[in-house]
Amino acid sequence: MNAQIAAILAIDGIASGAIYVLIAIGFVLIFAVTRIIFVPFGDITAFTALTLASLENKQMPGTVGMVAVLAVMATLMEVFSLWRKGALGKIPAALFFYLALPLIPAAIAWATAGTLLPTPLRLLLTVAVILPIAPLLNRIVYQPIADATVLLLLIVSVALHFAMSGLGLLFFGPEGVRTQSLVDFTTFIAGTPVSGQAMLILGSAIFFSFLLYLFFNFTLYGKALHATAINRTGARLMGIRPQQACTIAFLLGSVLAAVSGILIAPVNTIFYDSGFLIGLKSFVGAIIGGMVSFPVTAIGSMFVGILEGFAAFLSSPFKDVIVFSILIPVLLWRSYTLVHAEEEDEE
Amino acid sequence: MSRQITIAIGAVALLALLGAPLYLAPFSITLLNYIGVYSLVALGLVLLTGNAGMVSFGQASFMGVAAYATAWTSSVMGFSPWLGLILALVATGLIAAILGAVTLRLGGHFLSLSTIAWGLAIYFSFGNIPGLGAFDGLSSLPPISIGGIALVDSGQIFYMIWGTLLLTMLAIHNLLDSRVGRALRALRGGNTLVESLGVNALQIRLVTFVIAALCAALSGWLYAHMGRFVSPTPFDVTMSIIFLMMAMIGGSGYLLGAVLGAAIIILLKNGIQDVLPKIAPGSSGQLEVVVFASLFILFLQRARNGIVPFIAQWIPEPRRERPPQAELLPRQPQPAKETALMQVDAVTRRFGGLIAVNDVSFDVRAGEILALIGPNGAGKTTMFNVITGALRPSAGRITFAGKDITGANAAKIAAAGIARTFQHVKLRPKMTLIDNVLLGTYGRTKAGFIRSALRLDRAEEARARHEAMRQLERVGLGDRPYELAGNLPLGNQRVLEIARALAADPVLLVLDEPAAGLRRQEKLALAELLRTLRAEGLTILLVEHDMDFVMGLVDRIVVMEFGCKLCEGEPAKVRADARVQEAYLGGVA
Amino acid sequence: MALLSIQNVSVSYGKAEAVRNVSLEVDRGQIVTVIGPNGAGKTSLLTSVIGMIPAAGRVIFDGTDITALPTEDRIEMGFCLVPERRELFADMSVYDNLLLGAYTRRDGSAAIKASMEEVYGRFPRLRERRAQKAGTLSGGERQMLALGRALMAKPKLLMLDEPSLGLAPLITREIFKIIASLHETGVSILLVEQNARAALETAGFGYVMETGEIVHSGSSATLIDDPRLISTYLGGGASH
Repeated sequence: MNAQIAAILAIDGIASGAIYVLIAIGFVLIFAVTRIIFVPFGDITAFTALTLASLENKQMPGTVGMVAVLAVMATLMEVFSLWRKGALGKIPAALFFYLALPLIPAAIAWATAGTLLPTPLRLLLTVAVILPIAPLLNRIVYQPIADATVLLLLIVSVALHFAMSGLGLLFFGPEGVRTQSLVDFTTFIAGTPVSGQAMLILGSAIFFSFLLYLFFNFTLYGKALHATAINRTGARLMGIRPQQACTIAFLLGSVLAAVSGILIAPVNTIFYDSGFLIGLKSFVGAIIGGMVSFPVTAIGSMFVGILEGFAAFLSSPFKDVIVFSILIPVLLWRSYTLVHAEEEDEE
Repeated sequence: MSRQITIAIGAVALLALLGAPLYLAPFSITLLNYIGVYSLVALGLVLLTGNAGMVSFGQASFMGVAAYATAWTSSVMGFSPWLGLILALVATGLIAAILGAVTLRLGGHFLSLSTIAWGLAIYFSFGNIPGLGAFDGLSSLPPISIGGIALVDSGQIFYMIWGTLLLTMLAIHNLLDSRVGRALRALRGGNTLVESLGVNALQIRLVTFVIAALCAALSGWLYAHMGRFVSPTPFDVTMSIIFLMMAMIGGSGYLLGAVLGAAIIILLKNGIQDVLPKIAPGSSGQLEVVVFASLFILFLQRARNGIVPFIAQWIPEPRRERPPQAELLPRQPQPAKETALMQVDAVTRRFGGLIAVNDVSFDVRAGEILALIGPNGAGKTTMFNVITGALRPSAGRITFAGKDITGANAAKIAAAGIARTFQHVKLRPKMTLIDNVLLGTYGRTKAGFIRSALRLDRAEEARARHEAMRQLERVGLGDRPYELAGNLPLGNQRVLEIARALAADPVLLVLDEPAAGLRRQEKLALAELLRTLRAEGLTILLVEHDMDFVMGLVDRIVVMEFGCKLCEGEPAKVRADARVQEAYLGGVA
Repeated sequence: MALLSIQNVSVSYGKAEAVRNVSLEVDRGQIVTVIGPNGAGKTSLLTSVIGMIPAAGRVIFDGTDITALPTEDRIEMGFCLVPERRELFADMSVYDNLLLGAYTRRDGSAAIKASMEEVYGRFPRLRERRAQKAGTLSGGERQMLALGRALMAKPKLLMLDEPSLGLAPLITREIFKIIASLHETGVSILLVEQNARAALETAGFGYVMETGEIVHSGSSATLIDDPRLISTYLGGGASH
């Protein structure tokens, strides 16, 4: 390997690392607010890519059916629980939030199937169709067991991932997709070719991380979310509703997952089940950050991306093995640095 | 249902199982074989998840390591499957030990997350090593042969599989009902209690993790020689979650639950495979995963306890005899009365800028009851934690029976002869009274994992049981030793904690707010018990809020306020002290 | 009509009953204190009134039965609890903590800014430290921040759980002075304290709680000289 190759690999690695940064930050964000390790998060990324590809091919994306199914289930559950509580007055609002709102973008995608929308609209529609999935899953799957331990929520998450990937195959089919490049130029930096897509990916990662920073530091909702993450009881005493905070966290996380899906779609061929590996690699980054620190998570995810780039060059079949094996030294380091709050009496 | 009927049903079930190859079709026997093989993995998870509280998504990959080890030995190298078994156990055990040593310190969700990652890493390795047939796998494995008979037929290996399963169940059953088994079961409520009893929690976790992996290894070995073909697919993460599903649906924590869970899942899978193609002809494969995952989620939301506890309510409690008389466990010598047993010398503890304990000194004399009192926030609990090894002092020295124990960890303090109770009662509510007290004898007994699994620990166990029973009787809880600790009212739970502490044969008993939350009668009974213990020569240090409780009971009092020692002396003198009244009633002067 | 009326409230943890059949009232603009030794069930009482733990009995606030409402709805109605553990957002600045205190207010940023100035005026120390993280404050400053954060919500009823806990006498005195001065703003206060003397000197009416039950009640002036109070705190004495 000479310096030239190393530079190319590094740039490749930085680009995929930037994707992992977006997803890993989403993981940490959702975990901090909800205590849920949202394993199906990578699936959301993959579904975004598949949705975008369908829209490009003037087809109705499978996401429409998926959102419809989830929205109906969530609405039924919400209405039933309101009816049991005797809070019938809240039913219209529930219908609006759980049924109408998620179905609007899906309906647009359904209605416009057959026409090719201009790129910005297409991207926007893709994000809008994807956004409701995670909050709806939260209502259906997690809200009934919101008080469960982190470990139980994790088991549920893993099971949910398998349900989602099965649904993915059902709604999207087994074919892999790759979308058109969003930008199409290559520049040379110090003699090394850098694709426009790589620059776009890195730029987006920086941009969205910065947006998130602004949200958390300069808006009341951002601060309320942060407050819920660091002290749930304190937040409730301020009148911040934990379930509302959870929904916002899932929505924000979904934005990040959707963006990463749009960015990765032109670079990698994405299948209905590609999300799991993408998600898990981002996870390695999140674990490096101890599931708490955003900056360390970003650095960790970048490191995972670069490592993967070099590993792919050295031994393509074993690149995943190498990436996951890095967890062992990371955990060893973490076991000496993280102070672990004891989880008491889980029985 | 009476006890005889239960036994009869059990015997009939066992006979029906053993005779199965005689009357069942080969396909049903194959199903039973799968149930047996998968039950072994689920059994490991029952131990790991249900009893020790650790969740692993990597069991299928452990099974795979063993399957590949034996496939390589027997198919590629041409050796006997029995050599393959040894290699399978060694390889799996080693990998589990290394992975466990790295991640078990972190515990909780980190452990589980990392099992997904290395589960995948191991899975990808199978698929990418050409010597192991890559994604095509290895075929034409030889059958296992016993005494010249090759177990080719599904009816033949059936006995091998179910024999192994029943023996493993027996060994794990023995293990759970032993000294280490109790420590292992106590782990899931957290480390604080078990470490205060002198248990090395990390070591117990590690060995448990390895045992669960070895169960998966046995299963992998049988699996490889049952189908006589291995490929990576059956060992991926999907399979791991199905194993977890088996263990939890059966009722994680119950050995029989592993078998029941495996049977239900396999029969369900079989049923779904028959039904789904009729409903959705083109996509039954995908739907199967969705159906399984959704059912599992529904189960976790609605009925986490699983099936066995549900069935168990109709099965009569086995009648357990009171432990018989046995030789007493060895005891420590008690120090001579009135000598200084513990000296706390100028101890200070800071948290950041906050000084919680400031230059506090006092002695505890052998044979006395000393109370450490003071209003809320005075630093008593911090002082208590420093004495019991939960916190290190920032400055100062603590000596106990002539030895310096400053900053020693909880296990060392326990070994030195100090036993403690907790302000928020730390019992294992789902363990019986006698098991809770037996936890206290951990430091006085020796049997390890292997001795326990093979039942070579019974003599020592009998002595420990006798001792636990003696302590239960001593505190007045001797009438129902097999009641669950969680069913006791708070007052008795506190007393049970004292019995557990006494079972450790301490020189000094340290009690953290023993009277908090007790009713008047309970307080009187507790005071009476402590007086008796003092009369028997035990030294007691108690931290208390309740002046009423302390006054008539203790020999001396140390009063703390704002982290400092306010005064020290006999109850009457302390009570009359104006500064103490001020501290307790407060003042705005 | 009383602002808050607690009727026959009981709280149980499993088999242990922490609060037994407690009834009490807080009138508009009044400071009422509940005193009693540790473990008497005072904190459980407050936590159940704010709706964070389930309880039997009824809670009436401002003429509405709120027994079935979740905590957040009660906060929106004008409840505020400063809990024993303060529950500050340790990782956030003093300013952000105060801002979140006004989370339920919908009367515009100008009004919230004005409240912030008012809080800074009352606690000049918080203004000095407004950019500092709450976790780095001293014990007294934390209590001030917790009080300030509560005032940001403009509550109708302020419930304080052991505001003097762990504070040095000088700071305790300052905190009680502030509590007394809050009285002038018209807010009603339910003060739970172990520091009986300070609490009774601040409040107009007092209840004494012991092992989950109210054992005496009366105006502060009569309670403060009652010899039975000493027996409650120091044991032995008249009640036996």
